Amino acid sequence: MNIPSQITTLLAGILLTLISFWYGQNHNLLPVEASKNAASVDSLFNAMLTIGTGIFLLVAGILIYSAIKFRRDPDDTSDGPPVHGNIPLEILWTAIPAIIVLGISVYSFDVYMDENGMNPMDHMAHGKAQHQVAAQPGNAVAQLTGSPAFAATLVSQADPNQQQAESILKDPATNAVREDIPQRKDAPTLGTVSPRVGSSPEKTEKPAEVVISATGMQYAWLFTYPGTEVVAGELHVPLGRDVLINISANDVLHAFWVPEFRLKQDAVPGRQTEIRFTPTREGQYPLICAELCGAYHGAMKTIVVVEPQEAYDSWLQSQEVASAEVLDRAIAANPATMTDEEYLAPYAQDIGITAAALEQLHSHEGHS
Amino acid sequence: MTTLDPAKLERNHHQDDHHVASGHEDHPDYRLLGIIVFLVAEGMIFLGLFTAYFAFRTVAPTWPPEGTPKLELLLPGINTVILIGSSFVIHNADTAIKKNDVRGLRLWFGVTAAMGAVFLAGQLYEYFHLEFGLTKNIFASTFYVLTGFHGLHVCFGLILIMAVLWRSLKPNHYNSKDHFGVEAAEIYWHFVDVIWVILFLLLYII
Amino acid sequence: MTQAAQIQEEANQLAHGNKPGNWKEYFSFSTDHKVIGIQYLVTTFFFYLIGGVLATLVRTELATPESDFVSREVYNSLFTVHATVMIFLWIVPGATGGFGNYLIPLMIGARDMAFPRLNALAFWIIPPTGLMLMSSFLVGAPGAGWTNYPPLSLVSPKAGEMIWILSILLLGTSSILAAVNFIVTIFKMRVPGMGLNQMPLFCWSMLATSFLALIATPVLAGAMILLSFDVLIGTAFFNPTGGGDPIIYQHLFWFYSHPAVYIMILPIFGMISEIVSVHSRKPIFGYKAIAYSSIAICGLGLIVWAHHMFTSGTPPWLRMFFMITTMVISVPTGIKIFSWLATLWGGKLDMSSALLFAMGFICLFVIGGISGVMTASVPFDIHVHDTYFVVAHLHYVLFGGSVFGLYGGFYHWFPKITGRMMSEAWGKAHFWLTFIGFNLAFMPMHKLGMEGMNRRVAEYDPKFATLNLICTIGAYLLAVSTIPFIVNATWSWLRGKPAGDNPWRALTLEWMTTSPPPVENFEADPVLATGPYDYGMGSRATEVDVPFSEADDPTLSAGPSSTLRAKPDPVVAANPSDRGDESYNRE
Ligand code: HEA
Ligand code: HEA
Ligand code: CUA
Ligand SMILES: [Cu+2]
Repeated sequence: MNIPSQITTLLAGILLTLISFWYGQNHNLLPVEASKNAASVDSLFNAMLTIGTGIFLLVAGILIYSAIKFRRDPDDTSDGPPVHGNIPLEILWTAIPAIIVLGISVYSFDVYMDENGMNPMDHMAHGKAQHQVAAQPGNAVAQLTGSPAFAATLVSQADPNQQQAESILKDPATNAVREDIPQRKDAPTLGTVSPRVGSSPEKTEKPAEVVISATGMQYAWLFTYPGTEVVAGELHVPLGRDVLINISANDVLHAFWVPEFRLKQDAVPGRQTEIRFTPTREGQYPLICAELCGAYHGAMKTIVVVEPQEAYDSWLQSQEVASAEVLDRAIAANPATMTDEEYLAPYAQDIGITAAALEQLHSHEGHS
Repeated sequence: MTTLDPAKLERNHHQDDHHVASGHEDHPDYRLLGIIVFLVAEGMIFLGLFTAYFAFRTVAPTWPPEGTPKLELLLPGINTVILIGSSFVIHNADTAIKKNDVRGLRLWFGVTAAMGAVFLAGQLYEYFHLEFGLTKNIFASTFYVLTGFHGLHVCFGLILIMAVLWRSLKPNHYNSKDHFGVEAAEIYWHFVDVIWVILFLLLYII
Repeated sequence: MTQAAQIQEEANQLAHGNKPGNWKEYFSFSTDHKVIGIQYLVTTFFFYLIGGVLATLVRTELATPESDFVSREVYNSLFTVHATVMIFLWIVPGATGGFGNYLIPLMIGARDMAFPRLNALAFWIIPPTGLMLMSSFLVGAPGAGWTNYPPLSLVSPKAGEMIWILSILLLGTSSILAAVNFIVTIFKMRVPGMGLNQMPLFCWSMLATSFLALIATPVLAGAMILLSFDVLIGTAFFNPTGGGDPIIYQHLFWFYSHPAVYIMILPIFGMISEIVSVHSRKPIFGYKAIAYSSIAICGLGLIVWAHHMFTSGTPPWLRMFFMITTMVISVPTGIKIFSWLATLWGGKLDMSSALLFAMGFICLFVIGGISGVMTASVPFDIHVHDTYFVVAHLHYVLFGGSVFGLYGGFYHWFPKITGRMMSEAWGKAHFWLTFIGFNLAFMPMHKLGMEGMNRRVAEYDPKFATLNLICTIGAYLLAVSTIPFIVNATWSWLRGKPAGDNPWRALTLEWMTTSPPPVENFEADPVLATGPYDYGMGSRATEVDVPFSEADDPTLSAGPSSTLRAKPDPVVAANPSDRGDESYNRE
């Protein structure tokens, strides 16, 4: 049977498209979606995977086809046709990828806006002047501009980031576990309060419903619930509510990652970062430290429990008493004078370090 | 079988004017271009450090951080003038050697070396009389690293100049045609100078 | 029918020379670029084996979910040194120093590099530095990852940390010196009549690479200087407790290390262009597009670095900027990929080992490129950053890309370098073992990362055990796969079938001399009777002949199939006599 080559090409193209679309939807590569923004990240990924599969199949197809079809006879020493180029074709394969990546960019941008990463309140507008005001009201700006009146107007619009960072530190429980970090209050260009990835646009202006502080330290997360005395090693959040986590680190870099939420944020010593999300699916999910932070980086893991409001409230109450004790211990003991083992012991259960791990930690004490 | 015209091939072999036996290292002297290209890399180190300085400055709530004593401007000001002046002085040497005037070359290089030495001495004097040490705060650290790294380059420039002076003692080592060392030292010296001007503006003025 | 290769060879009969000196020079401070190139290749390949052994240990630890093979500290050192060795002691010096040194002067018809002694110096920095880095295992190897982020790097054991910093500074210096050398050589020492647009594409990509190295490496040196002050003297550049900022380190580091990935891939792109064209017996498709896209990648590569920092707390508008610039890099890269495919299309593929590796490269690099574009998308990267998805991406581009390309290069230029052919059967076994092992080892990592396995961990959730075991098996297969190559290379070097001067019937100038080439490269200056890729032009190459009277007219003679070339541009001419009054100094 002799099928014209255009038709074979067409059929191959259709087949390639179908496979790509099928695989883009049925890859089974991602864990369950447990936050409001997870779904949009996943559809973004599906779209990229569809396109990616298509491109890969095209390239691999041409390679395999060429390897079979254009293989040289062993005794043929002649050259192939002298084709030096083809301008329309080259324009085509410059333009199509350009359009594709532009499309992906726009789509990503959209998803990012949806996560409210691009909160206009956060960064764009922040100039150096305001930033200095925040740090040293009046003084610095007066120096800068030489005009007290100008300084005054700037002072009145003090930095929201600054205010927020300060209000977090006003909470005694939070303050206690973060004692030794000098918080860099505001950094306009490099970003102190990190963008609010995770919340939804309609809430941009609204304060979050639940605010929790997370502090990373070698090798545990400590969560404090402002307004309560609770200090816990695992994170509990109420289902369907808008949660804001203020993240910081006590020693080295850590990162707050919940795969099921599709969210990650580094915890940077000296900086205040944050993440905002709405959990949508009840259950327990791993909360993982995703930034290399030392030998036990791999063990720095805990869980996040998404539970209905009532369960959350009662958990909070039950913790109130118990946590006060842990907190006492945390404050009373100076980590510098303790061995890692002693230091970790109180949290051992919370953060899931086994006795064996502690044992091993002990045996390597000599190295560090 | 080919239709190539043997005459053409012959023409392209440079049989007569090129001696293969001359060795694989033997080719025109591109060292000057090499130095210019290398200075691009040097410039990038400084650019990186300057950018870091700017970044620290932007991130810090106040700059310089509270408690940093004010920098004295007089001495570094004089130093700056000396260094800029030396750039003009060293250029005279270049002009001199292009006229085959080796004594002029020695004179102007000598003056440049002296000016460079004064600059370094001034720099050291400033270091010893500053009220802050390297680890006092982030400003102090950047200050010392930037000026120190530049100082190292001045030292190296001085060494280059001295080497040229030393070699110029040999008769006809440098002449109007062949004076790579002179040009290299001069270019390097200009480079060090430009960096200092930027550095001075960054650290002392703004 | 006369073929291009025949024309080129006949025109260059006079260029062939005698056989070279003896083996002892490979262990000495030789200034011959070919000796230095071989020194680079052998040394860096040796470091590749060391890096591979470290990787094998990493995978052995990861075969089971528990941390049971080495201690956690040692594990961190293993992958840190693995990555440092692979990047700074294998791909960067292997591709630029090794192939670059060996091929550039030959391809442009020069007798050596512009600064032969500087060249030797740049090489000799490498072996002691490599040994020093390895010796850090005796005093507590660095363990803060190849990115060495502070503050972790500031609280790690100081000795290992300083060794790491010093190694990076030295290797960076070596790479800057090499870059200076390449830039001057390519601009100044081309054979008369070889304009930039008549250069083989490998020269273009080395030019772009050298610019990147020249501009980006010093910034890394700056970062290392600051970091060493923090480690040794206790300044606080990157230490928040003293008013410093760890994020600034990240910016400085990635300002180098993103361009570094293009330093590692651009030379490979150049090699692939050569291999694909020669082994499919067709002119390279879209010469200028490929050449200029290297330059575009070089430019764009300098302004995308913060895509490694999407979760560090960079401001959103910056993230968007870096997302878009990063994605745009796919366009020039795509041009190359499609041009290679078009070159293959309709050719006469000899399916030799070199071509197999080149085709393997295209296939695997595209996978890595696509996962790169995915991570460039901010919302998705927020999920997969610092997970095995990124580990998969980086091995697809670095191993599937750079290492496959380097293997291709070995098979392609081995006959030139040694004068002997490699065994095709062993080569094919090598290819298939590597290809299968590679995909087994790294394909599952995509899923691991997305499912929730973070990178740089010695222990992991038992639910990932199966996939990790597959990766480990793949890694062992990869280790085994190097054996056929080593056997093949050693045996062929000693006993292989003599290759003749131009076994692939290629057109670029390195094939126009003896294999291996004499010390002077060419007995007489080579000539360009054809362009570098004029396959299939047959005797047509002479049809567009230039009348002798107008042989010096650049527009007439510089075409792709020119038989005679323009009068050399006095500024760039390699021969003193052609430079007229334009000479720089001396002479
Ligand atoms: C050789 C090395 C190399 C190369 C060439 C690349 C190429 C690219 N890389 Fe990769 N990258 C690394 C080595 C490399 N990378 C390493 C080592 C890391 C990890 C560092 C660490 O953290 O340890 C990393 C990490 C890394 C990250 C950070 C991930 C994270 O930590 O969260 C990102 C994010 O944007 C990224 C993106 C890209 C992109 C967009 C390209 C592009 O250049 C790819 C372009 C190519 C293609 C796209 C394929 C061909 C094109 C077509 C067929 C045209 C059609 C295609 C489309 C329309 C999409 N890379
Ligand atoms: C060019 C770069 C390159 C190359 C070629 C490789 C090659 C390999 N890499 Fe590597 N890798 C990196 C660059 C590279 N890697 C980087 C940049 C990182 C990030 C590090 C970080 O996070 O800081 C990384 C991290 C990394 C990890 C993640 C570690 C972690 O995050 O915890 C893993 C895990 O599987 C891994 C595995 C491998 C394997 C199995 C190979 C295999 O391909 C190796 C194959 C093995 C051999 C080729 C050796 C064969 C020889 C023998 C076994 C015996 C012969 C010996 C003698 C004769 C002496 N690599
Ligand atoms: Cu904390 Cu990793
Ligand atoms: Cu990158």
